[in-house]
Amino acid sequence: MSNAKTDKPIKKRKVKLEGDLLNYKGVWVLVESERGHVHPVSWELMGQGRLLADQLGVELCGVVMGAPGPELQAQCEAAFAYGADRCYRVASPVLADYRNVPYTQALTDLVNQFKPEIMLLGATTLGRDLAGSVATTLKTGLTADCTELAIDPEDRCLLSTRPTFGGSLLCTIVTLNYRPQMATVRHRVMPMPEAQPERSGLIVDVDPHLVETDVITKILDFVPDDQSGKPQLPYAEMIVSGGKGLGKAENFKLVWDLAKTLGAEVGASRAAIHAGWIAADRQVGQTGKTVRPALYIAAGISGAIQHRVGMEASDCIIAINNDPSAPIFDFAHYAIVGDCVQVLPALRKTFAAYLGKP
Amino acid sequence: MNIVVCIKQVPDSTHIRVHPVTNTIMRQGVPAVINPYDLFAIEAALQIRDTHGGKVTVITMGPPPAAVALRKALAYGCDEAVLITDKIFSGADTLATSYVLASAIATLGKEQPVDLVFTGKQTIDGDTAQVGPGIAKRLNLELLTYVSKIVAVNREAGKIQVERRAEGGVQLLETRLPALITMLEGTNEIRFGSAPDMFRAARAEIRTWDRESAGIEDLKKVGLKGSPTVVSRVFGPTPRAEKAQQIAFDPAAPQAATDALLEKVLAEIPKVGKELERHKVEAGAGANHE
Ligand SMILES: Cc1cc2nc3c(=O)[nH]c(=O)nc-3n(C[C@H](O)[C@H](O)[C@H](O)COP(=O)(O)OP(=O)(O)OC[C@H]3O[C@@H](n4cnc5c(N)ncnc54)[C@H](O)[C@@H]3O)c2cc1C
Ligand SMILES: Nc1ncnc2c1ncn2[C@@H]1O[C@H](COP(=O)(O)O)[C@@H](O)[C@H]1O
Repeated sequence: MSNAKTDKPIKKRKVKLEGDLLNYKGVWVLVESERGHVHPVSWELMGQGRLLADQLGVELCGVVMGAPGPELQAQCEAAFAYGADRCYRVASPVLADYRNVPYTQALTDLVNQFKPEIMLLGATTLGRDLAGSVATTLKTGLTADCTELAIDPEDRCLLSTRPTFGGSLLCTIVTLNYRPQMATVRHRVMPMPEAQPERSGLIVDVDPHLVETDVITKILDFVPDDQSGKPQLPYAEMIVSGGKGLGKAENFKLVWDLAKTLGAEVGASRAAIHAGWIAADRQVGQTGKTVRPALYIAAGISGAIQHRVGMEASDCIIAINNDPSAPIFDFAHYAIVGDCVQVLPALRKTFAAYLGKP
Repeated sequence: MNIVVCIKQVPDSTHIRVHPVTNTIMRQGVPAVINPYDLFAIEAALQIRDTHGGKVTVITMGPPPAAVALRKALAYGCDEAVLITDKIFSGADTLATSYVLASAIATLGKEQPVDLVFTGKQTIDGDTAQVGPGIAKRLNLELLTYVSKIVAVNREAGKIQVERRAEGGVQLLETRLPALITMLEGTNEIRFGSAPDMFRAARAEIRTWDRESAGIEDLKKVGLKGSPTVVSRVFGPTPRAEKAQQIAFDPAAPQAATDALLEKVLAEIPKVGKELERHKVEAGAGANHE
């Protein structure tokens, strides 16, 4: 990886699928639910999975797991509405809450029985715990935190792209002689598809044969998070973000002021968080939140790839940077080359006047 | 308690530079550190040892210079260290890495059964969070990921209780030893090594294992050959088709630039105009904000 040149294939890769591996067909998406609530990343993946399945000419299948009950039926129907052709419904009281061992066993068995060529999961705590385990029990490849998924038309391989260490490069990873090809994707990286309530599909019920007394790990308690007062960056429609270019902690106030005038959320680059200027839960990017606002204002942010992948889906990116060659200007829509300490207050006044605020 | 902590030596990310012309990562001269996430695993392990007795062994798979990271871990107070190093391990993805680490832990377990294995949540270079679950599955250990707190350890009963960060809340879990824990960041603070530990670390012998001493049974499962995933392409991001529109900025009249900017945005990106309109209407209606 360290000596790779831009845009050059690293080495000739040949897919050689033999024997049973040729039987792996179809794209699967894990419908992740915890406490009856489906994580929206599952539907985002369903939208992406639809595109991949169409390109391959195969079925898109949802995997729905949990305690038996009407909730699983509703989840199957939602999966159809978001694009699935078929759902594997794996119901057992043992699966009521997420625990690694029974979920790993049930999903591994399901894969071995029905043999998908691609399996996608959200890069959530549940998704990563499960994906890492299932990939190991299946002895197949898994690519974490992808920002782009595509099919190689030549060999039908899944091309999983993610930022790579270093700050300005992406790499595409393929799983050669193993199936399924597995990938995790973060929340908000893929667009949310439109639900089509009239769509329906086939439900396949699978009994995972799990017995509670076989499961060693027990859940003694669950304390739901208190969401009040927490920043809601992933869904914000306007975000003002500050980076290392703000120079010092006090200057972050200019970001807060502009955000307040706009009614926007406040975000930050990792460098600003490392500097201790703002709380870590405001980080935007590969290892922070992925956002898709209408308006993203980046002040003093260079535009490293790990930041970019977390915000480039914004409809309008305004970048303020005093370096005309900053990478952020390669993908921003509007560029102000200047000192953000001067630009931010002016921008605040402009918006205040427009919105009729003080 | 016999505890093993897996650590990785990584380049200090704040020093990584990319060559402006060739787009290659310049690792030369980049200082190497213990993966910052692994420090939380080391500290959690040391705390359990301090309360319940036993020893903490740190292991890493990496090139010989990774011994520096192990020595640093000894200086924090870890008892023993094993460097697992062999040319055939290079080019490993997470599946192959977890195979080597699991084999080495199994080998350690033959000397004395292992009660607990710790890993960090993820590395800052690989950044996958896959190696921990991989080791647990291979050794058939109970897996506890994203652990934010070790609540109780009962050595006699062979049980452990932890708090685990789940998606919408915190799970309180109880399981049986042996188990593997991936420790969440920010859950403790790594101690300063004591002077005796630092002296010991400087002189300590670090066991070095190759494929044979690590107990690798199947050479096809390690290194590049044992890795199902391959990197097929490394590339720079593509600029947007259109260059960003430059808004001329004159520090003498800053608001002229920002006024011009807003006018352009309103004319060209209707979605922003709509969003602002909502805030105009809502203005003064006590927007929920800090
Ligand atoms: C595995 C990994 C994961 C990562 N994940 C993330 C992530 O999720 N999110 C993230 O943001 N980063 C992430 N990073 C870090 C990322 O690579 C960059 O280091 C980081 O985004 C840089 O932040 P920055 O742009 O604020 O700082 P810098 O790179 O220091 O850039 C500061 C910018 O401000 C400009 N500037 C300086 N002074 C002024 C001024 N007075 N007025 C205007 N502009 C000024 C400079 O020209 C420069 O462009 C990750 C890195 C790694 C290795
Ligand atoms: N080469 C290695 N040697 C020892 N431990 C490792 C190695 N690679 C990863 N780990 C451990 O596995 C965790 C997760 O790594 P990763 O899956 O690469 O994000 C790290 O925090 C380490 O504790």
